[in-house]
Amino acid sequence: MVEFTLWDIARNLLLAARWTVLLSLIAFVCGSLVGFVLLAMRVSPLPWLRRLVSVYVELFQGTPLLMQLFLAFFGLPLLGVDVSPWTAAIVTLTLYTSAYLVDIWRGCVEAVPRGQWAAGASLGMTFGQQLRYIVWPQAKKIAVAPTVGFLVQVVKSTALTSIIGFTELTKTGTMITNAAFRPFPIYGMVALIYFAMCFPLTWYARALEKRQKVGQRR
Amino acid sequence: MSYAFDFSGFGIYAGMLARGTAVTLGLTAVSTVLGGLVGIGGASVAVAGPRWARTVIAAYVELIRNTPFIVQLFFVFFGLPSLGIRIDEVQAAILAMTVNLGAYAIEIVRAGIESISRGQVQAAQALGLHGRQVFRYVVLPQALANVFPSLLSQVLIVMLGSAVVSQISVPDLTYAANFIQSRNFRSFESYVIITVTYLALSIVLRQLLNWLGRGLFAGRMPHRPDEPRGWRLLLAWRGARTITTER
Repeated sequence: MVEFTLWDIARNLLLAARWTVLLSLIAFVCGSLVGFVLLAMRVSPLPWLRRLVSVYVELFQGTPLLMQLFLAFFGLPLLGVDVSPWTAAIVTLTLYTSAYLVDIWRGCVEAVPRGQWAAGASLGMTFGQQLRYIVWPQAKKIAVAPTVGFLVQVVKSTALTSIIGFTELTKTGTMITNAAFRPFPIYGMVALIYFAMCFPLTWYARALEKRQKVGQRR
Repeated sequence: MSYAFDFSGFGIYAGMLARGTAVTLGLTAVSTVLGGLVGIGGASVAVAGPRWARTVIAAYVELIRNTPFIVQLFFVFFGLPSLGIRIDEVQAAILAMTVNLGAYAIEIVRAGIESISRGQVQAAQALGLHGRQVFRYVVLPQALANVFPSLLSQVLIVMLGSAVVSQISVPDLTYAANFIQSRNFRSFESYVIITVTYLALSIVLRQLLNWLGRGLFAGRMPHRPDEPRGWRLLLAWRGARTITTER
């Protein structure tokens, strides 16, 4: 049997944390891209398009992420796509992230006075141009703080991909526990590493929010 | 597409599905009550307690909010026994869910308490109520009424998050899905059925709690602060959205 020192455990967990960071970044970037498209649909003048996005959001926010992961992992092969845990994790987290981001951003877009849309329209701008050049730049300012805060949720949600066999931080923790039989320090360390990744984001989001409040008061 | 969906033969698992639903709802109910109490207790300490107690509460809240639920669950289930604390998987699930919900509830209730204007407290004091009465009869009911939508959202998040407890073999809905698909090899169909069940649960539960909240806080004019105090709520849960839409 291999002996694990605390340092061995910490080193392996830190190496595994790279995958958590990478997966979080991919999920966030891809989720933002999908989220932007959905946002344009969600605030578009077409009622059925808005309804469609609402249903999408309801579906992803009303079901467990774990189920979504299972459905992607077992469902995509039915469509003839060969899936690794990687693919299933990225696809699911992207869609999941986009469903939350579109909801957050919609609130920010709706916080921009309606007159801004009308002003854009009076200049002969199309819907896309109004959103792109007039409304979004204003909404973006209030969107930054909650978006950074949501990143914490993205990082935490990647932990679930361990269940479909993606070897990230949590999975590595489980594997080392199975070999070294020291669950208390190992899961404690796993938790601390997640904390070290998430807390700066929480703190930054809070600082942004505070700065924004000061700006509003002025 | 060559795959033929087959939802026949799931009838024999109806009992298992019902049991899984009962376990998921039961876990959610117990941890909601306990987590709610933690939230109220913790928030009152965070607002009016001694400095050291506030620090403890703040550390607890930050630690829980910045780590994934599954790690908390594993820590409780696998980690505590090595300290000599023996708990079974259901107790571990309830403990982890309570600790998790409690941390979020503290933040939510605290935001509610801070949204009550000083005038309310002063009016209560003018009527001769002492400190604890002011909190119990004036501040807390209004605070809870104000943040009820956020609490409701958080309960739903905990219910959906509880899918993970199947990993420590608590026989909840997800466990039923894993069991069924291991028997009939219809994995996609099994997970579709269970996912739809979760969706139905969250829709029904939201309606039910909304209705309950309306009854509980009937006739109470919720205090609405002028300044939107939303983003803090939006950081980790969807509460603020519900508040703004209901305004």
